[in-house]
Amino acid sequence: MMASSYNAKEEDGHHSGSASHGGAAVVKSKKPDNTAFKQQRLPAWQPILTAGTVLPAFFVIGLIFIPIGIGLYVTSNNIKEFEIDYTGVDMNSACYSCAKNFSWNSTTSCLCTVDFTLEQPFESNVFMYYGLSNFYQNHRRYVKSRDDSQLNGDMSALTNPSKECEPYRMSEGLPIAPCGAIANSLFNDTLKLYYLEANGTRNEIPLVKKGIAWWTDKHVKFRNPGGNANLTAVFQATSKPVNWRNPVYELDQDPENNGFINEDFIVWMRTAALPTFRKLYRIIQKKSSTMPTLPSGKYVLDITYNYPVLSFDGRKRMILSTISWMGGKNPFLGIAYITVGSICFFLGVVLLIIHHKYDTRSTGADIPN
Amino acid sequence: MIHSFLVVGLTLNCAGAENWVDNRTVYIGHKEPPPGAEAYIPQRYPDNRIVSSKYTFWNFVPKNLFEQFRRIANFYFLVIFLVQLIIDTPTSPITSGLPLFFVITVTAIKQGYEDWLRHKADCSINESPVDVVQQGKVVRTQSYKLRVGDVVVVREDETFPCDLIFLSSSRHDGTCYVTTTSLDGESSHKTYYAVPDTMAFRTEQEVGSLHATIECEQPQPDLYNCTVHIEVIDVCVFILSYRPLGAENLLLRGATSMNAFLIVYLCILISKAVINTVLKYAWQWSPDRDEPWYNHRTEIEVIRAFTDFLAFMMQKFLGSYFITWDEEMYDEELGEGAQVNTSDLNEELGQVEYVFTDKTGTLTENNMEFIECCVDGNVYIPHAICNGQILSAEHEDLFFRALCLCHTVQVKEEETVDGIKRGIHQGKPTSFYISSSPDEVALVEGMKRLGYTYLGLKDNYMEILNKDDEIERFELLHVLNFDSVRRRMSVIVKSREYLLFCKGADSSIFPRVVSGKLEQVKARVELNAVEGLRTLCVAYRSLSESEYVEACHHLTEAKLALQDREQRLAQAYDIIERDFVLLGATAVEDRLQEKAADTIESLHKAGMKVWVLTGDKMETAAATCYASKLFRRTTQILELTKKRTEEQSLHDVMFELNRTVLSNRSLKILIQQLSVDCLDFGLIIDGATLSAVLKPNADGSGHRNYREIFLEICRNCSAVLCCRMAPLQKAQIVKLIKASKEHPITLAIGDGANDVSMILEAHVGIGIMGKEGRQAARNSDYAIPKFKHLKKILLVHGHYYYIRIAELVQYFFYKNVCFIFPQFLYQFFCGFSQQPLYDTAYLTLYNISFTSLPILLYSLVEKHVTMETLKRDPSLYRDIAKNSLLRWPVFLYWTCLGVFDAVVFFFGAYFLFDNTTFTSNGQMFGNWTFGTLVFTVLVFTVTLKLALDTHHWTWINHFVIWGSLLFYVIFSLLWGGIIWPFLNYQRMYYVFMQMLSSGPAWLSIILLITVSLLPDVIKKVLCRAVCPTATERAQVSLSQYFEM
Repeated sequence: MMASSYNAKEEDGHHSGSASHGGAAVVKSKKPDNTAFKQQRLPAWQPILTAGTVLPAFFVIGLIFIPIGIGLYVTSNNIKEFEIDYTGVDMNSACYSCAKNFSWNSTTSCLCTVDFTLEQPFESNVFMYYGLSNFYQNHRRYVKSRDDSQLNGDMSALTNPSKECEPYRMSEGLPIAPCGAIANSLFNDTLKLYYLEANGTRNEIPLVKKGIAWWTDKHVKFRNPGGNANLTAVFQATSKPVNWRNPVYELDQDPENNGFINEDFIVWMRTAALPTFRKLYRIIQKKSSTMPTLPSGKYVLDITYNYPVLSFDGRKRMILSTISWMGGKNPFLGIAYITVGSICFFLGVVLLIIHHKYDTRSTGADIPN
Repeated sequence: MIHSFLVVGLTLNCAGAENWVDNRTVYIGHKEPPPGAEAYIPQRYPDNRIVSSKYTFWNFVPKNLFEQFRRIANFYFLVIFLVQLIIDTPTSPITSGLPLFFVITVTAIKQGYEDWLRHKADCSINESPVDVVQQGKVVRTQSYKLRVGDVVVVREDETFPCDLIFLSSSRHDGTCYVTTTSLDGESSHKTYYAVPDTMAFRTEQEVGSLHATIECEQPQPDLYNCTVHIEVIDVCVFILSYRPLGAENLLLRGATSMNAFLIVYLCILISKAVINTVLKYAWQWSPDRDEPWYNHRTEIEVIRAFTDFLAFMMQKFLGSYFITWDEEMYDEELGEGAQVNTSDLNEELGQVEYVFTDKTGTLTENNMEFIECCVDGNVYIPHAICNGQILSAEHEDLFFRALCLCHTVQVKEEETVDGIKRGIHQGKPTSFYISSSPDEVALVEGMKRLGYTYLGLKDNYMEILNKDDEIERFELLHVLNFDSVRRRMSVIVKSREYLLFCKGADSSIFPRVVSGKLEQVKARVELNAVEGLRTLCVAYRSLSESEYVEACHHLTEAKLALQDREQRLAQAYDIIERDFVLLGATAVEDRLQEKAADTIESLHKAGMKVWVLTGDKMETAAATCYASKLFRRTTQILELTKKRTEEQSLHDVMFELNRTVLSNRSLKILIQQLSVDCLDFGLIIDGATLSAVLKPNADGSGHRNYREIFLEICRNCSAVLCCRMAPLQKAQIVKLIKASKEHPITLAIGDGANDVSMILEAHVGIGIMGKEGRQAARNSDYAIPKFKHLKKILLVHGHYYYIRIAELVQYFFYKNVCFIFPQFLYQFFCGFSQQPLYDTAYLTLYNISFTSLPILLYSLVEKHVTMETLKRDPSLYRDIAKNSLLRWPVFLYWTCLGVFDAVVFFFGAYFLFDNTTFTSNGQMFGNWTFGTLVFTVLVFTVTLKLALDTHHWTWINHFVIWGSLLFYVIFSLLWGGIIWPFLNYQRMYYVFMQMLSSGPAWLSIILLITVSLLPDVIKKVLCRAVCPTATERAQVSLSQYFEM
């Protein structure tokens, strides 16, 4: 009642003033609502970061991080890893001639053989990687040079690939499948591993090529157009990428691993984050519980040398590694955890001292106030 | 009874007056001079049109565009847009220019509409009817058609259409009463006298036949110093219409802090682009790595900048609602709460260093009240009057009669009167006292309550109704008018004998007193003065016949003098006003607004300098200043007034004051341990001296010197009182301080139209919704109902807004550094190819949805200390003074923190990814997983960093902070969860899920977040422990209080 009578007074007193605060405000009472939000009086928790409150957190972090770090470090140290560079830069290396005499036009593959010795047996499943250095798979124009619709089996994208694929989109008037720079530069060295027995016989180690790509990539993201049957017909109107020896439907004999769903291809298509990277090539399954997967001894690596890297000063490596729950050998995480844990612990001690020193002082100073 | 004033119109509203001759000659009624006179050069005067609108139809587009691009934000976007136009970008610049275009168009439409309203308002004023005398007849015309030299008829309660010279009035004595509320805020009536030569004109014909010329100065802003000659005769001149300044200076004042931020941001954007380009060129040095050199990221920058800006606007817009919602600032009596007219300035409220306040109606209620009187040391209070009290009868009677007679109050009998609130009988609307001095009204009314009623002047006899209901008649012989030099006034009356009654300031009465109870009265006067009451002393002198004749002789001689009349009058007064018998003293209160003193004290404690700018007399103003605790008893008052500069030269006074101030400052440094209160300075300056200080001197260099010295003196004064100020001078003072070398943030507060100029000039203008109309409130940035609300709006709202906006600005910067710097680092590992580290969705949504809401909410509801603490302890305001939270060290800290965090994110992920796998099935992750890992750590870190900064966790904070993290996770799961049919790439497919399925990824996310937050936590804890600020102490003491 009171408010409305005030409003009436307001109205005839200030005719032009009401323009600024809208028609609706005139009708209802102008008294602000006494709600907690509008009066900024919402109940609240008011934490303050003081030495006293933070102290326990630091100790707890220290106590948790250090054991985790030690665990990670030990795990990482137990992982066995072997790495060999087969680029062939050095005159003495086996692949020197292959690297030197590489030509884009040659139809025959160059073969080279690298011997190496494993000092320690590799007990569990062994993962075989190829590694490339100074290869900028993360270059912007490289990364975008692909057509995911085409790789997903889209028929229209097969015949009319995305513009992103340029300049690897069309070849001799035909659309390239798979198009783009990534596919074009598919790693095509073939690696074979032999165990050299004491008597000199080469014992080929079976390399499993399934399970190297993400399951979702293999089954969802990458699909052959028109199913996996009769790939030759499907890809008939397309051209193979310019640097490929074989068309995409001849990547493998196995129809479950051919065409776009070839796992080597899928692995390659997942562009690496850094210029030095490795990609999973094969898996060596553990056979029996008594025998190590790769016993110590001499090995031979047969390489079909197709992939030129010297032109951009790149390097090629073959890596054998076992895997733990935390992945491959990487001492960084363990060390980082130990360091951070120790720092936190140390800071906790420092803060304890500061807290003790300044808290007494400040309460002492507060009393006169 | 209708007063009709016949007045000559004389417009004074032209600009560019400097180019003209010093004086203008105006012919009344546009009559040509007689042929024999000197050659008449017709002068061109501007017409009387009022233009408050900014644009015309023709200049709207260019002028509006120019005004808009003067705003730093729009300019910023314009630059971005132009950069895009020049650099060939993949997206068309039109799409990115669209937001800018949209904003500009909407603003233009809004401003155009507002201007149209202004046009309409102008029109209604310009077309308001005015009566003009032409050829002896009254002709009705429109206001804008008035020309200089027209004779205008103004009737009662009409507003003057222009500046006028008073020729004649319908009252026989040629007087009129004018309120100058819109000029100087004083609502009291002022008496003006018509020009004697034309006073006798009664009819239009007579005025129409008038042949006269007026010589006057060219228009100038100083109100009180205008001399006009009308046919050699000096006239009292009043200027009656005052037009407030245009609103031009409104436009460019955005918040300084944010401008700085935007400029820095722009610089960083540009430098980043330059660095990128240079690096890219360096990379492309080898011939086979060709790359188009355009920068596709500009568009993302624009989006980002746009969302940032949107957040700022939202914060400012929504934040201002807390002021309007504030219940404490709601005034029951007025039925209104605070109003926010500009939301741009919220945080400036936390930065105010100078407060310029109007006195009348702002500090005070503009409502005089008689408090007490003291006769020979006996105190009379109207409410508690004891009739049985026996006192020295003679003096009591004389005292009351003196007060009833010694004044210039007029009795106005009127049935209904607007504007004057006081009736003689509250219930019976019969007659009112009106006077140019509200004190006199208060006194006469006080007398009425004590039993002596002044009935008025009839045939030169003053009639008093005394206690016994008898009418006493006194013949009024002479009135010795008040002037500010003498500071007293007297009347000579005759009943049985000749009596001279005098009332005036104690300092001017006491030296002239020969008998009476001086000591008792003096003690009482001092006591009252300390309480801030306006005191007057009353004395009398009975004159013998011969003395009276002698006095008459002196007076008439002086009045008739043609030269030095003022001086001779003063001499005559001096001779007559002596040998007084002291009767007593009175105390009148101009009631201060509720809690005005408390507010001013709080502002002082908060480190603000308070200036009172008033049109009032110095004594009155000074009394108010004491009452409102602006000046304390310990304050040493420095005077820079006309009175003093007449004795010494301005130069000497200035230098002397400066010396005092400086010597005391060095003294202050010496004895800093002691209380500094005793070394407070207060300065009093009046309008005349101020214009002398600011006036450019003939010798050129001198004035700058004065100005500097003046500023130097002001800087050392905690309180300054400027009295006798014209509205424009108020603005001048504000401008002077604004332009001084520290560039302090100024705030002006006022209630009347006379304060509009300073409200517009100051950084922050606050209007009080007063009794004197809405002009100030409408022109202000914030309007509050009462002066006391200033405390809350500055100390609480201003403080909150400042810390909120400071955090908002710095946090925005920080989170963008965290966001961009890993991208930048990544360029070193991807051949400077501008490969984005994060997926496009993340790039776009980072600022829009993942990290925007928590900071927006923080910037709306954060309260680092409670409101009560802020109100209780105004000195906390000093903690944020001088933009302390947005200074370079703080900025640098945030930047370093951002860079550190970015380095941690990037290299943490880098070393984790370095040539190894971190899945248990040996499969490898690609660049998008790398980016997603960095991005996840980034989002969590910046959000948790804000959580660490939040001191006030309401349920909304919890909801928004944890909610936005949850939203990020859910979005990522969804974004990578399916093959999106409308996208031409599926690079994020299952990336997030794969990452989360790996143990080391979890471990590294936790580790990296911890490491990123660690330095900030340590810094916070150490700063608090080692050198806590007052605010931090207040927080801790508060929490301890709660624990207990």
